[in-house]
Amino acid sequence: MIEYALLFGFGCFGLALGLNLWRLAKGPTIADRVLALDTMVINGIAILMLFGIQFGTTVYFEASLLFAMVGFISTVAFTKFVLRGDIIE
Amino acid sequence: MESFPLDVLAELLVVLLIVIAGVFGLVGSYGLAKLPDLMTRLHAPTKATTLGVGGALLASMVYFLSSGTFTLHELLITLFLLLTAPITAHMVAKAYLHAHGAQELLPPTGRKYGWASFDAAPPSGGDALDSIEAPRLAED
Repeated sequence: MIEYALLFGFGCFGLALGLNLWRLAKGPTIADRVLALDTMVINGIAILMLFGIQFGTTVYFEASLLFAMVGFISTVAFTKFVLRGDIIE
Repeated sequence: MESFPLDVLAELLVVLLIVIAGVFGLVGSYGLAKLPDLMTRLHAPTKATTLGVGGALLASMVYFLSSGTFTLHELLITLFLLLTAPITAHMVAKAYLHAHGAQELLPPTGRKYGWASFDAAPPSGGDALDSIEAPRLAED
């Protein structure tokens, strides 16, 4: 039963990644693209957690924690660059 | 690859959490693609998708808890995501407003330096705070 739920979750988050990619390619302003990238990172973390459930290993936790940190830092760096034209003043 | 033996209740809980997480993640990303403006578009990923990831992390935590290994990584990731989602939403909204003419809407700061996202940074060093003039209160 858990395999079908995992299939459903993979389908949902894969479709969500596709929608985010469409917004990333289309998005009229640069803030749209930054937001789409941030959402892609969050959906990727969810897919990593589902992978961890499917294969029964705890290896993916470190990967998703690093992924969350890198995603947050990159989003803040992008928006700082849009705001000030510089990241560290 | 082989799945751990699970209690029926824990398995039901994991299945329910995974389904809820998938639905919320899909709704958030559909809102990101569908809504008309960035300021409305900002709501979908920062709320629904964060809830979806929280559901997936809770499902993982219940799964590994019921199979005997207790880890705190999921709680760390959940805490980190819940803390950083409002900050990223704030930064994205600030960047959007900066690029779309919010400068006329802001009142003057009444100081030597203007609003932080429009003016250059004050010169670094000890005299940056000393050179701030007193705010204009009584004049109009």
